[in-house]
Amino acid sequence: MMDHDTIPVLAHDLVKRFGDFVAVDHINLEARTGEVVGFLGPNGSGKSTTIRMLCGLLRPSAGQALVAGFDVAREPEQVRRRIGYMSQKFSLYNDLQVIENIRFFAGMYDVPASVLHERTEWVLDMAGLAGRESTITGTLPGGWKQRLALGCAVLHRPSILFLDEPTSGVDPISRRRFWELIHAMAAEGVTVLVTTHYMDEAEYCNRLVLIFQGRIVASGSPTELKQQAMAGELLLIECDQLGPALDLLQQVPEARHVALFGKALHVVVPDAQTGIPRLRTALSAHGIAVSRIEPIRASLEDVFVSLTAQLSGQRT
Amino acid sequence: MLRRLQGMLVKEFIQVFRDTRTRTLLFVPPIVQMLIFGYAATLEVRHIPIAVLDYDNSQGSRELLSRFTASPYFDVRTYLSDRREIGNLIDRGGVTVALQINGGFAQDLGKGQTARLQVIVDSSNSNTALIAVGYINQIAARFAQEFQRTQLFRTAPFAPSRIPSIVLERRPLFNVNFDSQWFFVPGVIGNLILVMVVSLTAFAVVREREIGTLEQIMVTPIGRLEFILGKTVPFFLIGLFDTTLVSLVGTFWFGVPFRGNIGVLAIGSILFILCMLGIGLFISTISMTQQQAMVSGFFFNMPAITFSGFGTPISSMPEWLQALTYLNPLRHFLEVLRGVYLKGVGLDVLWPQMAAMSLLAFVMLAISVARFQKSLD
Repeated sequence: MMDHDTIPVLAHDLVKRFGDFVAVDHINLEARTGEVVGFLGPNGSGKSTTIRMLCGLLRPSAGQALVAGFDVAREPEQVRRRIGYMSQKFSLYNDLQVIENIRFFAGMYDVPASVLHERTEWVLDMAGLAGRESTITGTLPGGWKQRLALGCAVLHRPSILFLDEPTSGVDPISRRRFWELIHAMAAEGVTVLVTTHYMDEAEYCNRLVLIFQGRIVASGSPTELKQQAMAGELLLIECDQLGPALDLLQQVPEARHVALFGKALHVVVPDAQTGIPRLRTALSAHGIAVSRIEPIRASLEDVFVSLTAQLSGQRT
Repeated sequence: MLRRLQGMLVKEFIQVFRDTRTRTLLFVPPIVQMLIFGYAATLEVRHIPIAVLDYDNSQGSRELLSRFTASPYFDVRTYLSDRREIGNLIDRGGVTVALQINGGFAQDLGKGQTARLQVIVDSSNSNTALIAVGYINQIAARFAQEFQRTQLFRTAPFAPSRIPSIVLERRPLFNVNFDSQWFFVPGVIGNLILVMVVSLTAFAVVREREIGTLEQIMVTPIGRLEFILGKTVPFFLIGLFDTTLVSLVGTFWFGVPFRGNIGVLAIGSILFILCMLGIGLFISTISMTQQQAMVSGFFFNMPAITFSGFGTPISSMPEWLQALTYLNPLRHFLEVLRGVYLKGVGLDVLWPQMAAMSLLAFVMLAISVARFQKSLD
């Protein structure tokens, strides 16, 4: 086992190239014991590639990563004994029974026979599948499958858990239940690295890492991120002619980021006191009727949109 | 180590045998194909459809034609009255051969002059055409010989015995009746095992890659060798079982004699199956999807069968190709199969083939194991 001083996950200048394409570009990362770290980023930003390198599934092109104190490139087998991994694709055998899947992965992880029974019961209980051991896995609803997959990934009680979009395609209630399980494990000292693009899920994490085009662009607790990243105040504007309003506001110097959110606009201004009257004037000058304009609390989605918009602007 | 291997094997066998369809697929198609190919794969040319155009219409010409109607090699389909019909008939594939007897045929023969017989043949299948022309030649020659004898007998009753002639005394070994099924059935056994084992192995690995379970297995501490053994042992056993099955069909249904030692055949089959497992694994390491595996399998199967001596003799291939056929495991296995079945020879004769297959199996498995990495890149 790991001793207490070892940092469970430590990545230093990790790089992954596929030909000319740099999928992961000098990522530095640290996850502490019992921490739930969320990876956020648009599709293709390098989240999954990073996780796969940390699991020893992909060889880093440069840099170093230590997982449970072992170098992922040099001692991948030592790493594999100590981690659990669950990927976005449902990866149990659909044609096997629930219990056969559990036994198979228990065999793969060399779970000692003495604790096999207890672990099996625990997984069944956790997944809510007690009494359905001989159900063919493929016939289970998504939420059950996904909890079973989590159970099979932690049969050997790993101290580190990597989850790559574990909740994609699962209903909200099952997602919440899934996160309760994650937090229960974290409370027992399991370090969890999870990628997601559900913003509500990001709020469940102790710490968030925002990845964009292979780089970490921001990190911190959800609250910290909201404060740092916005650098100003967020206003909600409800008005008619949303499209022209959006175009117009993008021309106004005070409006730093303008984005469409449902039937309203979210605009970041340096200061709400002075910003509100200016925007209102600008809009009404062009005949746009404003029904509501007020400061609101930023959600993670705002942070995310604002940051990626900034960065896309810089890079193109 | 053993627990993980055992886990893999249990899983593989459950997957193969749970589904009735998969279970059926492993055993029914080999038997059915054995039956179909056993009948269809033959070099014999019989019942060649023939059209006849007899301008002579004499006793002599009718006598000649009766030899064609009596022959098992020809089916006289139509009697024509106009030579212009021939082209059309051959174009539509109605007949392969048209025989034209010109007027004066019998008369010429009677006068002791050269009588001409015209043969028009569809040679798009050159082999069949050549064989057909050969048969016609034989029939015509024998007819001419007998005609001469009768003529001579009439003019000089004691002369015919003095005509010199050569008689061929054939002494075929191993396959006395020249039964081409005896030649082909062992070959079909080899082909079936090749196709079955290569595709089953390749698909078993690639399917896991496709559905994502391979990635899940790769993050477990399972060893490369444990995984590969877990994947190949089941198909090794299934391959052996299928070999037994189709061999039994060959012996008991087609009546191909089994003259050799069953142990020698077992050794040959085991070595050959190992080669095919190596190929199947190799294909799985270069294919990301089952579709790619299928195409790669096809690119292996076709040349392997063509250059094995299954249908066409290796000795008639260009020399450089002949040299390459030694790299083809099927070539060696067919020699073992035919040797054991028809000639009844043992290891004293077949050891070079066995040694070649052992070497090929070792090389192919080693390459595949080396190529099979527990990573995605």
